[in-house]
Amino acid sequence: MSNVNDPFGGLFRMKGNFIDNLPKIYGFYTGGFLLFFALMAVLETMGVSADVIGILFLSFTIFIYALIGWLSRTMQVDAYYVAGRQVPAVFNGMATAADWMSGASFVAMAGGIYFGGHGYLAFVVGWTGGYVLVSVLMAPYLRKFGCYTVPDFIGTRYGGNLTRFLAVLVLVIASFTYVTAQINATGTIASRALQIPFEVGVWFGLISILLCSMLGGMRAVTWTQVAQYIVLIIAYLLPVFWMSNKQGFGVIPQFVYGDAVARIQELEGMLQVGMAPAEGAASTFPGLKALTTLHADTGGGLAAWKFVTLAAAMMLGTASLPHILMRYFTTPSVKAARNSVTWSLVFIFLLYFTAPALATFTKLQIMDPNLATSIIGKAIADVNAIEWIQRWSEVGMLAVADGNGDGILQINELFIRGDIVVLATPEIAGLPYVISGLVAAGGMAAAMSTADGLLLAIANALSHDLYYKIIDPKAETRKRLVVARVLLIVIGAAGAAVASLKLTGILGAVAWAFCFAMSGLFFPLVLGVWWKRANRPGAIAGMAVGLGVGSWYLYMVKFAGMTPWIGLDDLRFGIVGAAASLIAMVVVTLMTKEPDAETQAMVDEVRVPSGDTILGSQH
Amino acid sequence: MNTDTTQRREEHWKRTKALMIKHLVVWFFFAYLVHLFASSLNSINFFGWPLGFYMAAQGSLIAFVVQLFLFAKQQDRIDQDCGVAEES
Repeated sequence: MSNVNDPFGGLFRMKGNFIDNLPKIYGFYTGGFLLFFALMAVLETMGVSADVIGILFLSFTIFIYALIGWLSRTMQVDAYYVAGRQVPAVFNGMATAADWMSGASFVAMAGGIYFGGHGYLAFVVGWTGGYVLVSVLMAPYLRKFGCYTVPDFIGTRYGGNLTRFLAVLVLVIASFTYVTAQINATGTIASRALQIPFEVGVWFGLISILLCSMLGGMRAVTWTQVAQYIVLIIAYLLPVFWMSNKQGFGVIPQFVYGDAVARIQELEGMLQVGMAPAEGAASTFPGLKALTTLHADTGGGLAAWKFVTLAAAMMLGTASLPHILMRYFTTPSVKAARNSVTWSLVFIFLLYFTAPALATFTKLQIMDPNLATSIIGKAIADVNAIEWIQRWSEVGMLAVADGNGDGILQINELFIRGDIVVLATPEIAGLPYVISGLVAAGGMAAAMSTADGLLLAIANALSHDLYYKIIDPKAETRKRLVVARVLLIVIGAAGAAVASLKLTGILGAVAWAFCFAMSGLFFPLVLGVWWKRANRPGAIAGMAVGLGVGSWYLYMVKFAGMTPWIGLDDLRFGIVGAAASLIAMVVVTLMTKEPDAETQAMVDEVRVPSGDTILGSQH
Repeated sequence: MNTDTTQRREEHWKRTKALMIKHLVVWFFFAYLVHLFASSLNSINFFGWPLGFYMAAQGSLIAFVVQLFLFAKQQDRIDQDCGVAEES
């Protein structure tokens, strides 16, 4: 079978069509990956070095993704832009989860909770709660619309090239901010595992990313993202299960780690966490931090307000990010789009409710004097002799300083980088190196899948909305798809070039992307469906003012030294931008005349699942 | 479009809006309200966890997942009742 719907036809000879065989295909794939893992474990016991195992893990998984990408190549418009609209809800859920969970979720989140405690959990709440908005307000209606891209919806619902152009502009700014952080993450992981310079690692990462998406567009990205989700979730969960089993917290530790939290609170008093400032200035150990925040303390003053505003920014941002919304264009029906959002959240939840557990266990292992792995309260000389301490010190991700000169390690004398909470946990807990190789492959999968989704979102908006709809509406299919691919390479190269400059931290860039997206797109998207009266001048004002005010506020707070309004710092600037966008859109809409009857009828059609999509299957 | 279809569509949109508001209220509760009172909730012990911490680390997340399963089911029911569901 080698019909257009069957990318793997050449590899698998099966009865029935490709879609029906998906569970079987990915079942084989998962089994194969576990077998590979077992093989690596055997190689390790036979004395193969840790470096070689790391290289094998990375190259094997990247080869598989590239193979899927090549098998999914296509020259059809709807396969390229929306995977032929035949991705079942559960598989689209997995693909969305991989698209969603970036290097930041995989590598940085548990470390963030380790240091930030309760306050950092606002990210966990925000990055899950946003899916309620996606399902209730957006995804099913956008699916009914039948668009290829998010600007396609804005441009058709409100009409006019200016609206389309503004939507493309917001999309490019938000997604490009995000993608540089992801290419940065792939570069970091590749350079560490393959032992090449970071600048080379970035380009290596980019080539791996493009191998997945270039030939098959959305169809290729979909099937590689499902494969990447399977790798990343195994890589995240397996070490946690293993570790907790070893320490007697049961097989599924996520449900029983309450006692560990209680124990940490007890130890925090004994070890005087947060009582004394960190020893040694930050300049001594750039990028490293000592623990000074209590694990479950909510903090006083504006803390609760800062928690909910950060959560709100992440949620509205979730519901505005084009690379996520466009995943729901690929389902076979409106109902499937809705179910697919639910499955996305289930698959995301698996990782997100594990991250706080991981942070808690790691902290307890380092702190609790009853555990063999603890280092706080031990003699500095003994601590410096531990293998994992040495290994991570060598690469500058960990430092021990005897600030008060008593020869004993205090909690404020241990400096680590947040990232190593996930990366070094297997070693801290004394697990074999094969687990560390697995974790590196998982981190790479997380960063690659998100980068792929983002690059495709940008390239598709530029090729479909800017080139085809605005510049050259007569372009033939072949030319459109060639333009899309050239843009993919150009944008990827630009992203890698910016990433190799290391301008911002990974997490900062991610939060900014959310804020840009919500400033410009949230209200024009929501009101496009839920407010029939919303019109073109209103949408133009909403996007322009939202993006303008948001960017201005970010600049003032971050670079011009303005005091943030009521604690709304640069991570939360989207709140200011979105509020401005809402006001501008409503005021301008009410001052101008209502949309014509044709547009109003179109909105009525969008609101019901039955019937044809608004835009034809080839447009 | 005949009047019967128009009526069914109006009914459909009315019920859809009501469902939307209901779910956004629940969402607001778990997304913001509980976290505004996290420090008071922390004095309650929930299987070892301080409740405020638990809600942020797990409780709200579980609520969102359950809520989305319910929402998909309820919205589908409304679509069926009003005769605007897709043919399958």
